[in-house]
Amino acid sequence: MTDKERFVPDEGMAPASTAVPAAGQMEELHQPPRSQWLDVWDQFKSHRGALMGGALFLLIILAVYAGPLVWDLEATQIDIRARNQGPSWAHPFGTDQLGRDMLARMMAGGATSVSVGLTAMLLALFLGSFIGVMAGFFKKLDGPLMRLTDLFLALPLLPLLLVMMLLFREPLNAAFGPEQGIFILIVISIGVTSWMPTARIVRGDVLALKEREFVMAARSIGTTNSGLITRHILPNVLSPIMVSATLGIATAIITESSLSFLGLGFPPDFPTWGRLLFDATDYLQQYPERVFWPGMAISLTVLSVNYLGDGLRDALDPRIRGR
Amino acid sequence: MLTFTIRRLILAVPTLLFISLVIFLLLELAPGDPMAQVPLTVPAEVKEKMRLALGLGEPMHIRFWKWLVQFFWIEPQVLIDNIFGTSLAEGQLRVISWQTRSPVMDIVVQRIPQTLWVVGTAYVVAILIALPIGIYSAYRQYSWFDQMGTFVSMVGFSVPPFFSGVLVIVIFSVQLGWFPSIYDTTHVVDSWDSFVYQLKQMIMPVMVLALQITAQLSRFMRASMLDNLNQDYVRTARAKGLSEYVVVMVHVLRNSMIPVVTVIALGIPSIFGGAIITEQVFKVNGIGQLLIGAIQANDLPMVQTLTFIFAVLIVLFNLIADVLYGILDPRIRYD
Repeated sequence: MTDKERFVPDEGMAPASTAVPAAGQMEELHQPPRSQWLDVWDQFKSHRGALMGGALFLLIILAVYAGPLVWDLEATQIDIRARNQGPSWAHPFGTDQLGRDMLARMMAGGATSVSVGLTAMLLALFLGSFIGVMAGFFKKLDGPLMRLTDLFLALPLLPLLLVMMLLFREPLNAAFGPEQGIFILIVISIGVTSWMPTARIVRGDVLALKEREFVMAARSIGTTNSGLITRHILPNVLSPIMVSATLGIATAIITESSLSFLGLGFPPDFPTWGRLLFDATDYLQQYPERVFWPGMAISLTVLSVNYLGDGLRDALDPRIRGR
Repeated sequence: MLTFTIRRLILAVPTLLFISLVIFLLLELAPGDPMAQVPLTVPAEVKEKMRLALGLGEPMHIRFWKWLVQFFWIEPQVLIDNIFGTSLAEGQLRVISWQTRSPVMDIVVQRIPQTLWVVGTAYVVAILIALPIGIYSAYRQYSWFDQMGTFVSMVGFSVPPFFSGVLVIVIFSVQLGWFPSIYDTTHVVDSWDSFVYQLKQMIMPVMVLALQITAQLSRFMRASMLDNLNQDYVRTARAKGLSEYVVVMVHVLRNSMIPVVTVIALGIPSIFGGAIITEQVFKVNGIGQLLIGAIQANDLPMVQTLTFIFAVLIVLFNLIADVLYGILDPRIRYD
């Protein structure tokens, strides 16, 4: 902004107070120093899609976790007389072929799908950041760890996931019970097969950060490696990690639903969005709306998370911020 | 360039060997029993003999070695035999599927055309749609067309194929009745009518697949164009008095295509993996469907071979993408 613009503001565009330079400067002096996160929030607010995505995602989380407190029908309660009903006040989303309430099933399914998404994302994020920081920070580990990442990237993931589902389902079911066992299995297999992009991005950033002066200064006053990583490196690579976290939730939810859709996910009586969609395809001709609800829920969740990630990426990028 | 290619090719061999070992070990842990389908009336000793006949009696490392020999030594010989009519592999044991008791590669060869037809067409269609969209959205950044394109590609990212597939079936085949919901692989194209039918049954799976690929490619094309549009050489080209069409379509486009071409190459193998769900939805009798069937039937040799073929494709196209990048962009020097 040049001085000329500051003295001659557009009429009607800027508030009158900025027309007087002295007043403007006074105001700036009285303002408390702005934190980085306030700047990020300001930029994030200006991205309308991201704001809406974030609100929608919060709403979905609230609906699936707090919804069952309000809507007290059981997701597994069979009422065979009320089967295959359309939408009504008693059952807003209708009932399925066994008379189970679709709204309750959608909420129970959503709780599972979203939990799987969040936990798998956390696992992938932890693995990815750990490997990325290690590879970027310690030169000796760089070669082997990056070869490992390349190797994982070369694995055909969906087939491998399917194979893992097939193989470890029985022993884990025996150890933790059918629901806990399959939950652990799905979360671990998704986490283990989706950390690679995060690791690559984090490694690149760490490599660049390591050469910066503040790291050198910290090292010269005798900061240990672990101190350097936790105090100086990690906070600075937080933004790529946060962006890949949002994208990680999206891929984890889609992967879980795909597995359920292919019949290799959660057991049939345990609803998830993918499973509900899969079950509904059998009644596609008669009751197409039953496909619509879970499919819409998956798509909306993923869409909102993707928009959220898009906005976060812009907000956390200091080159874009403030434009 | 050549030394780089050769070096990468040599490096690919241990990678692939390691991947095949990982897949083999994973399958080795399988609790499933290939004899599970055999009727209970068959006595136990007969079952034991059948198990030995499948080659399950040997220790693990010998079976892995045998699979390696079969896949890398005998199968190529069979291929040569088929092409040149020789008999190199006569009487040698090939990788046998436990489901059908026929060679795995024969079944794969039967299934590949269906996958290539549907997935290949979708890929080509997606490229043809995505590139113009990407170019125009970048040229008119933040216009309504660009906003629209952003939204559509976000939707394309977010709607999983098992939902979009089912949705188009509900709309176009249940409600409107325009297209068949099941892909008929036995259909033979020999007349105009049968060709029209083939087109009709291909439209829906191609549409679903193409939406996903278009979403990713058009975003990439747009980003790549935006990187180039503000560069100095573009200003120079305009200053020379070149027409806007020449500036964008010749100067900017050619430079922007470099990363896009490599992304297209990288996407080819993932299409085979990603098409598993689409093939399942539309009952296309392709490779992905074969894999699902084999997994459900506990057909370990088939699963292992197919997964390994996918891995080979990924490694191969990664290599192709790197080499292409070096050829297209003279600034990149690998040596």
